[in-house]
Amino acid sequence: MDTKTAEFLEYVQAGGQVETGDWMPDEYRSRLIKFIEMHANSELMGVLPERDWILRAPTLQRKLALTAKIQDEVGHAQLIYRVVEDLGKPRGACLDDLVSGKAKFHNVFHYPTHTWGDVGVIAWLVDAAAIVSQKALLKCSYAPYARIMKKICWEESFHILHGRDVILTLVTGTDEQFALVQEALDRWWEPLMHFHGNPIPAEEDPMVVWRIKSQANEEARQQFLEGYVPQIRELGLEIPDRALLKDDETGAWLYTEPDWEKLRAVVTGHGPASAERLAFRRLSREHVAWVERVVLAEAA
Amino acid sequence: MLDAQAPEESAAGEPSAVPEAGSAGREALRGQGRIFEVFRQERKGQPFQHAGTVDAPDERFAEIYAREQYGRRQESVALWVVPREAVTEIDEFPDEFEMKYRRVDGYSIKARLHEARERAGTLDMAPGGDAAA
Repeated sequence: MDTKTAEFLEYVQAGGQVETGDWMPDEYRSRLIKFIEMHANSELMGVLPERDWILRAPTLQRKLALTAKIQDEVGHAQLIYRVVEDLGKPRGACLDDLVSGKAKFHNVFHYPTHTWGDVGVIAWLVDAAAIVSQKALLKCSYAPYARIMKKICWEESFHILHGRDVILTLVTGTDEQFALVQEALDRWWEPLMHFHGNPIPAEEDPMVVWRIKSQANEEARQQFLEGYVPQIRELGLEIPDRALLKDDETGAWLYTEPDWEKLRAVVTGHGPASAERLAFRRLSREHVAWVERVVLAEAA
Repeated sequence: MLDAQAPEESAAGEPSAVPEAGSAGREALRGQGRIFEVFRQERKGQPFQHAGTVDAPDERFAEIYAREQYGRRQESVALWVVPREAVTEIDEFPDEFEMKYRRVDGYSIKARLHEARERAGTLDMAPGGDAAA
């Protein structure tokens, strides 16, 4: 590592912040772009499972809340792609890579939704898992990203509340409604356990070394379990992992080791709904291309 | 996809022929829009803080997008939307002469104060005590 890079590394590890125009090592820049791009892609793809349910949501209030949540997510995607652009990768290239399958997005958005129970579980637990990571990103060494995370975290808190409200409504309803939630939880537990990624130690995680992430994967997962297992169990729901329990001595949550190969397969586009979702994204991009042309031509 | 010359196959809602953009239009198409910096004020009396950027073809759209991103829920009392090129960044402040006499950290009165108190016999009166400098 050359001196300039070594000094930069020392600087960010000591809590130093980096702005768009600052010098940064190529490795830092490319890792940053990849990470932030994946986040933007996830916000954009995350809209699709929920969008399916706007017309099928059980009440007008739920339709409105779901629509507002989707609007937020798309707004987040736009903000985040803007950050990537300022780092040097144009939005068009990001979207090209997304629909071609070259770029990744979070595992949870590669799965289909089957019932309204899924919608509640996603808005509550998937968003909860995401917010654990996002809070840690408030300390990202790259300041423009850290700044937009503030707005994103603020809006995500409404999403979680909406999700929890949906779940609470279902579990205090009929037996059939309760069963919807339990069944959805049974299917979503594995993707949730995968969400924070495999347990690389912080020192070996380049993202933590460069202070892009300030939290190791396992730490995030533990935080999620610590916060949400009690909240799930207090509703009378069963978590489909017999081995899930808290070690009283260490305070750590023990669980059945997830299949990390499966996670890798899913995020490389082999999830149950990956192909369908990417095809939709490709199609919608082609369909709205004329809007972009007309708007830009008129403004010229 | 961005080629204004080739008319697309018709899809729902599409105009029958895409107007040929002039050379300025083609520049805009290639470079997308312009970048606008958005500053928001949380409450009256608070400073405006940088909140992010929007990418828009002109001021009209920039205002609309800024309102959408940063004003949808009455979370700001005011926004400043500024084209990026209007912002001049200054980040180097040479201090060759180290003119400390102009700053609070340019004065160290501890030693002299101790001497003065010693002389006046008031060391024990000093608030918090005054150990030898």
